[in-house]
Amino acid sequence: MSKVDDIHHSGLIGSQPPPAHAAAQAKIAHTEEGFPTAWLITPATIWLILFLVIPLVSIIVFSFWENTPKGLEPAFSLDFYGEYFYTKGFFDPEADRFLLPSVFLRTLGSTIYFTLVTMVLCLIVGYPIAYFLAMQVQAFKWQLALFLLCMVPFWTSYLIRAVAWLPMLGRRGLINQALIGMGIVDKPVSFLFYSEFGYTLALVQIYVVLGIGPIFFSLAKIDKAILEAALDMGATPFQIFREIIGPMSLPGVAIGMIFIFVVIMGEFATAVVVYGGKTSTAGTVILNYYGIANYPFAAVNALMLMLAMVIGIVVILRIVDIRKEL
Amino acid sequence: MARWTPERWRKLRVKTGFSIYYVIFLLFIYGPMFAMFVLSFQGRRGGTSFPMRGVSLYWWNKLLEPSTVGDMQGAMGRSIILALMVMVITGLFATMLAMAFRKKFFFSNVLFYTILTGLMVPGVLLSLGMAILMRQLGISPAWYTSGLAVHVIWSLPFSYLVMMAVFNRFDSRLEEAARDMGADEWTVFKEITLPLITPGVVAAGLFGFTLSYDEFARMTLLSGAENTLPLDINASMTQRIRPTLFALGTASTLFSLLMISVFLGIYTILYRRSR
Repeated sequence: MSKVDDIHHSGLIGSQPPPAHAAAQAKIAHTEEGFPTAWLITPATIWLILFLVIPLVSIIVFSFWENTPKGLEPAFSLDFYGEYFYTKGFFDPEADRFLLPSVFLRTLGSTIYFTLVTMVLCLIVGYPIAYFLAMQVQAFKWQLALFLLCMVPFWTSYLIRAVAWLPMLGRRGLINQALIGMGIVDKPVSFLFYSEFGYTLALVQIYVVLGIGPIFFSLAKIDKAILEAALDMGATPFQIFREIIGPMSLPGVAIGMIFIFVVIMGEFATAVVVYGGKTSTAGTVILNYYGIANYPFAAVNALMLMLAMVIGIVVILRIVDIRKEL
Repeated sequence: MARWTPERWRKLRVKTGFSIYYVIFLLFIYGPMFAMFVLSFQGRRGGTSFPMRGVSLYWWNKLLEPSTVGDMQGAMGRSIILALMVMVITGLFATMLAMAFRKKFFFSNVLFYTILTGLMVPGVLLSLGMAILMRQLGISPAWYTSGLAVHVIWSLPFSYLVMMAVFNRFDSRLEEAARDMGADEWTVFKEITLPLITPGVVAAGLFGFTLSYDEFARMTLLSGAENTLPLDINASMTQRIRPTLFALGTASTLFSLLMISVFLGIYTILYRRSR
């Protein structure tokens, strides 16, 4: 719209300044042009309030309610919060649970730990790919094609991608067969599937793409002339990376890490498939308590997960300023 | 011919190294799926791992029998119908929102972040909130009501961002010109705006389709009595894993891939035409 104003008002050579009344009319037309904003946003806004805002707020509300045999009763009860944080014997120096965090806090902790490990691995695996696409591939057409090739699995079911690891990592899977064939081990090793190793590997495979995308976009924005200038002035490739490419790709890294962080914190299906239900994540705990109809406690767990996620996002945003990227 | 200076050799070596890494990476993300694909043709007496014991369509045939693992065809049908509904609603909402966001309005920032919250909130949280709320209100969940509601919340941010990008490159002077010639808003939209943004709308809608078709987490507590395909897959994984599951996984993946290629194809054609 500003382009239109430029043409009318900023005095292109040869153009006449528009008469005053025409300008006034243009201004009136300006405010009325396009469909009314209210019409355009109302349906989606109502949908968002009903099915996003209200459910999330109701989690907060229900976490304070009481669970009675008749069902949920409105109340302001902190019992379930106590259950979440406090374990019997926590303050008792004699007990073996002295200062041991509750099982729920430990589950949340291990969820955060897995998420961080996966984030770092995704960064290590994904960054060179983004770098390759943005810096080494010259033609835009090829960049796009090779990038889409990485993106395609994202549009397929992650449940199926988790199951697909079974023929590879299972007890009689390809890797075990290879290890036995090469004589490295004589019995199949079991730490591959249904283990932390398998879980992390599957998570990296499924979600690494979420990191590659934003990093690729921020790398692609870097003006190649700057790099050439640095090269001409005698900078080594390492210096160029440390001084220019690295810092300039940080916003992309931050956005990618936020995506991965958010997705894996709420993850529960992959844990069940690849981990065989041997462990719990914050997500599986929530579903378990929903399953046994303890809704307020499920809500407390959900809230704490949400809180951990918000803190995580704030921390990432504190480290990296992504505003100029948006 | 440029001379082969040491600098050029170095660059070539670096590039080759990265290319090899890229290929290994592709093997990493596609390899397991490919193994699954091959194993779905496992012989009748074979299991879920290599070696192949003959090649057969036995497990694919089992997929078509109604009794084996729940109601597979029904689940797939429901998933497709749901994805189509999500596609239409998301495409419409995303287009309307992106058109509204061309102007500033007074709570545009709040709305922007609310839309993106749908992308950030883990599915299990949204599912839980909706499920408890509906239980309190005495409404029973179903895939075409509560399921549809949260699927739109999930796919709207993606489609919305696509449409925002479309309108970022949009030349408003074309609309302005039509208005100057006396066209009313509907005519401007129908004759100018819509033809120009159609590739984007198609992309946004199909984005919504694939996201909904594969969505599992948001559906866990909200599908009611009947399952969608991802829920059915999950249910069959809790039983003994058989090559049938691989056949199903392959079929579902191929369907997703088909949708993506259709979407890329339509997009390319429309994009060329709109220029």
